[in-house]
Amino acid sequence: MAVDTQAPTNGFIGTNYRTCPETGLKVCSQAEALIKVNAVVAVVFLAVGGLFGLMVALTRWPAVHLLPADWFYLLLTAHGADVLLFWIIFFEVAVLYFASAIILNCRLAAPKFAWLAFVLMVVGAVVANIAVLQGESSVMFTSYVPMQAAPHFYLGLIVFAVGTLIAVCCFFGTLVIAKEEGSYEGSVPLVTFGAITAAIIAVFTIASGAIILIPTFLWSVGYISHIDPLMYKVIWWGMGHASQQINVSAQVAIWYAIAAMLLGAKPLSEKVSRMAFLMYILFLQLASAHHLLVEPGVSSEWKIFNTSYALYLAVLGSMIHGMSIPGAMEAAQRRNGFNNGIFEWLRKAPWGNPAFSGTMLSIVIFGFLGGITGVIMGTEQLNLIMHNTLYVPGHFHATVVGGTTLAFMAITYLLVPLIFRKEVMFKKIAQWQPYVFGAGVSGISLFMMGAGTLGVARRHWDIGFSDAAMSFDYPATAFLMMGLNGIAALCAALGGAMFVVVVVCSVFFGKPRTPESIAAFPTLPKTGGVKTVTSYGSETHVKLPGTIVLVSVFFVAFVLYYYVNWKYLSEVWPLS
Amino acid sequence: MAMFPPQNRLWWKEPLSGMEITWVAIAFVWGLVMFGTMVGWHFVGKQNLSNETYRINPNAFGAKVEAMTAQYTVREEGDTGVPVVHPKPGTDIYMLGRLWEWWPVLELEKDQTYRLHLSSMDWQHGFSLQPQNINVQVHPGYDMVLTITPDKSGEYGVVCNEFCGIGHHTMVGKIHVVDKK
Repeated sequence: MAVDTQAPTNGFIGTNYRTCPETGLKVCSQAEALIKVNAVVAVVFLAVGGLFGLMVALTRWPAVHLLPADWFYLLLTAHGADVLLFWIIFFEVAVLYFASAIILNCRLAAPKFAWLAFVLMVVGAVVANIAVLQGESSVMFTSYVPMQAAPHFYLGLIVFAVGTLIAVCCFFGTLVIAKEEGSYEGSVPLVTFGAITAAIIAVFTIASGAIILIPTFLWSVGYISHIDPLMYKVIWWGMGHASQQINVSAQVAIWYAIAAMLLGAKPLSEKVSRMAFLMYILFLQLASAHHLLVEPGVSSEWKIFNTSYALYLAVLGSMIHGMSIPGAMEAAQRRNGFNNGIFEWLRKAPWGNPAFSGTMLSIVIFGFLGGITGVIMGTEQLNLIMHNTLYVPGHFHATVVGGTTLAFMAITYLLVPLIFRKEVMFKKIAQWQPYVFGAGVSGISLFMMGAGTLGVARRHWDIGFSDAAMSFDYPATAFLMMGLNGIAALCAALGGAMFVVVVVCSVFFGKPRTPESIAAFPTLPKTGGVKTVTSYGSETHVKLPGTIVLVSVFFVAFVLYYYVNWKYLSEVWPLS
Repeated sequence: MAMFPPQNRLWWKEPLSGMEITWVAIAFVWGLVMFGTMVGWHFVGKQNLSNETYRINPNAFGAKVEAMTAQYTVREEGDTGVPVVHPKPGTDIYMLGRLWEWWPVLELEKDQTYRLHLSSMDWQHGFSLQPQNINVQVHPGYDMVLTITPDKSGEYGVVCNEFCGIGHHTMVGKIHVVDKK
């Protein structure tokens, strides 16, 4: 694209702009370059961490039992760090730059620092990986003390966190520039608001991480003699769980963004959607308690208040988004002419577009499999029959893989043509990818939760206990569940590989977008797109029978499954 | 369009649709119900985790376990000859976690109440009673006291479900629940 504006130099690095031929947005070249590198590195960690995950799942498949015990625990540690931390945070930094500089039409603040942030994050992530692969740091992603990793494991994480903090500061700085330079009118767009939510929670997350990881690093090199294991957990999960809330905020922002870009969806109400994001900022950090419900030394009062986010106010936020986003899609589709019956708007949605199908699957998997089970597992007494069983990874693979990762994959299908300005290659593979990946992840989640209900421990090399001095047999169904989990993991890995192949080939070997191809295959379709709505802001009130049916089904499933678990609990030994 | 600033700059003054108000109200009330269920279970439910915990030096905890074992051992079990302890109902009983065993084996009487003390001698462990699927975290330096009343007889496995190093998957203990003699 031709460079049409030459802005004054900013710091030491000049800033150029191009105008996006598809959206009309002014694109800052520094922001664009940083989005590219962060997204590419993210995908590298997804590929590596995903491969490790497959090997872990194949080891837990009793008939395959791929890895020896030491390699299993080593790769499980690396899997957690690479996908839960590095893939997601690198991508989130790209999302932050997109939601600030690109959407707000302005230059990125302090690009030199943004590059420094990127370098620090890469160095930190690589050092942590080296520490784990050297074999002295198989402490799991959670690294609970008094189990000790090599010092450079903690150091790598700290350096990574410092880099992330700098990137978040560049995001905030960009907001200030946009406001100062008047690059937008009135309030920031909803998508940017969601990104701000994610960034604020990120600051809390990184602060918690610093408070616990710096002393732990000093302990690992011998300057501190003792770290209390309970205190460690309270603060570590201030980072560990809060970081999942960054993911939730970022992924919900992406749902809104994709609904807007593909369907022209407007939020049902700006006020309600923003209030829902605000609930995240105010209450999500209390969720450290989810990991302390069967811990000694923590009172029931503390557990109940914190585990429920005060009065389930953050859950309220998610339930609002869960209604608001399908509602916005339905309203937009009805406006676009699909107005027959209850579900024509959904049937005639662009299911062949991976950005759309990925978003819808992300919403459904996150809500039904991840959200409901998360609330149930986070109930004080119910945690007793789930804590540290495979139910836990079953739940969070639905939220973090089915929800966050799939949403990130979905928006990547838009970033490739819009930011990398390349044609998406292998269109057929891309079309099927969200379905294959979504099916695999749903299977992983359901079968692990099934095994967890039967008591199978997480992070466990041998549920046959063949080397144990005492025997114990899990029911045969548990072994069946682990086998099915292995098959589902193969399916998810195939879906992941399809994504990596499509994206890597498109970015590095794809045909550049030309005015002709943009005219022939617009990234933002005419039915949706930017130009179809006459005004921005809240949707005018319309009847949304389809959304009412969908949220009703969700609500009934939620209530039933919640009380089924209380029934399970009532059948175990009385204890107090 | 969520990608652009709302044109109505007073968006927070826009009225809400009936559907939105209804859904927010339902979700809020459901939150109160779930909150109330947790609180209520402390009054009507029989399965609540104890709030009774003491700080204890691992060696001091070990000494208590030894004392109980010396007094009440009835036989040995398993490849390594772990003592099986049959303590008096209603008393304080102990089980410790260490790399990589649950020690000793307990033999309890059905429908009798015991005060079960759990602690670790080294790293964190996960007390996972199977097939009941009761899961409690065990920390070094903390003595957690659970008042338990086994209500079904049988042989129960105690699996470790907190990763505790390379032998984690070999860490299995036992609790027997027998009918009253």
